[in-house]
Amino acid sequence: MAEIYDIVIAGAGPGGLAAGIYGSRSRLKTIILQKGRPGGQAATTEDLENYPGFGRGTTGPALMQAMADHAESFGTEIIRDEVIDVELDGEIKKLKTKSGKEYQAKIVILALGAEPRTLNIKGENKFRGKGVSYCATCDADFFEELDVVVVGNGDAAVEEAMYLTKFAESVTIIVIHDEGILDCNKVSAEKAMANPKIKWVWSSILEEVKGDGLVETILIKNIKTGEITEMPINGVFFFVGTLPKTELVKGKVELNEQGYIVTNEQMETSVPGVYAVGDCRVKYLRQVVTAASDGAIAAVAAEKYLAEEEGFKEQVLSAEEPVMVAFWAPQIEESITALSELEKWLEDSGHGIKLVKIDTYRNQRLVKRYAVDKIPTVLLFHKGELLSKLSGAFSPGELQGQMEIAGA
Amino acid sequence: MIEVNKTNFKEEVLKAKGLVMVDFWSPSCGPCKELMPDVHQLAEKYAGQAKFCSLDTTGNKRLAISQKVLGLPTIAFYKDGSKVAELTTEITIDEVEAKLNELK
Repeated sequence: MAEIYDIVIAGAGPGGLAAGIYGSRSRLKTIILQKGRPGGQAATTEDLENYPGFGRGTTGPALMQAMADHAESFGTEIIRDEVIDVELDGEIKKLKTKSGKEYQAKIVILALGAEPRTLNIKGENKFRGKGVSYCATCDADFFEELDVVVVGNGDAAVEEAMYLTKFAESVTIIVIHDEGILDCNKVSAEKAMANPKIKWVWSSILEEVKGDGLVETILIKNIKTGEITEMPINGVFFFVGTLPKTELVKGKVELNEQGYIVTNEQMETSVPGVYAVGDCRVKYLRQVVTAASDGAIAAVAAEKYLAEEEGFKEQVLSAEEPVMVAFWAPQIEESITALSELEKWLEDSGHGIKLVKIDTYRNQRLVKRYAVDKIPTVLLFHKGELLSKLSGAFSPGELQGQMEIAGA
Repeated sequence: MIEVNKTNFKEEVLKAKGLVMVDFWSPSCGPCKELMPDVHQLAEKYAGQAKFCSLDTTGNKRLAISQKVLGLPTIAFYKDGSKVAELTTEITIDEVEAKLNELK
C-alpha cells in the first residue's frame, strides 16, 4: 500500500511553505507538491520590502528560496509535480498528479495561489510577449531606454511601476480614478508621485493595444470626456488584480462567487481535514506575511485535528467494550445535569460501559459528523459501529433500552 | 541544448536547415526557470528530430527584439531559418510538445 502522509500541501508559495515548516517541525510527515519552482507569485516580485524583519534590498525570489530551504531543513519534502485531481471526502484524501502518481494524506492543505487577471482589451492577447506583460521582473530589462505604461493603481501596480523606472525611460500609469486618487497604500503613492520618471494619466482607461508584430501605440479613453488619445508606447504592463487558481477544487470545497475558497479562522474549508491558505482563500489582505500566517494556523489546526481524530478512534471506535458518547456544552445547564445523572446511572447499573464526554463547543467536527442537533445527545458505539442515538433529555428507561441494543 | 547568442544566432538558427526550437529566457524570469527543466527533458526526448537552442536574453536584447520577442518566457520554432510558430508568457510543456510534434 502506498504511504499515507499526515499532511500533503498543494502549492509552495509562502502559505504552503509556512504550513510545511510548522507541520514538519511538529514531526508530522509533510510533503509539498509544487508544479515548478517554489515561491508562488512572490517569486516574481523583485522588490519585497514589507515582510517583517526583511527590509530594504530584500527580493521576492531570495525570500522565497529562504522559506523553501527553511521548510526542507525541518524535513518537509518538496516534490516537483502538479496536482491535477483531488478526492477530498473520506478519512484518507487522494491527490493525483500529472506524472501519474497518487499521494494519500490524512490532511490536505490547499495553497493554490492566484494569478494575474486579464482585462481582455482589444490587442491585449495578441501582443502578449510582444510588449504586453504581466510580470515586471520577467520583462523589465527589455524596456531599457523605452517607454511603457502600467494599467492599474493598486499596491502591485504602483510598486511594480517604480521597479520599472529602473529600466524604462518613462513609466506612465493609467488610472481610472480622478486626479490624485489611488487604490494603493499611502507610502507607495507618495513615493510614486515623487518619482520623476513616473507620469500619470487620470480618469482614463486603456482602450486598445496596437502595433505591427510588436506594440507600437495604445488608445487611451478619458472616461469623463469620452475623448480617445493615441499614445506611442513600447510596453504595456497589466496589474489589475488577481484570480484564484481554484479550478481544481470547484464543486469539492465551498467557494465564494469570485472562486475564492471559504474558510473559518482555523483555515478549515467546508470539508473536514481540508484546509486552505494564502491568496486562494477569501480574506482581507493578500500579502506574503498573511499567507505565511495562514500556513502556520492551518498546520497547527491540522495537528490538533489529527490528535482529536486519533483520540476518538482510540477511545471510542477501537474500544472492545460498548462506549457511550455524551455530547454536552458548558453553557447548557440541562446538559451538565444530564451528564452527571448519566454518570451516576452508569455507575449504579454496573454495565461496565465506558463513558466519553464531548464538549460540543470545542469539537464541532464530531457534532457535524454525527448530526447532533440537540444537547445533550447520547450515542452508543460498539466495535466501531454506531448502535443508537438519544437526542435531547433522556430517561433511565431509554438508557436501559440502549443497553439492550448493545447486548450489555 | 545549444546556447545561442548575438554572435552565433545567425549561424545556428537562421542558417540552419530543418526545425530549430529556441527557448528565450533570462535569470530574472521566474516562470522561465520553472519551465526550463521540462524544456531540457523535452530536448533529450526529441534529440535528433529537431535542433534545440537556449537563448539568455540578458545582453542579447537587440537580438531578441529583432526576433519580435519582447516578453518571457518565449519558445520560438524556426524552419529553414524562418519563424513558423511561437509560444509566449503562460506556456505549459504540453503545449510545447504538441507544437513540436505538429512541426517535426
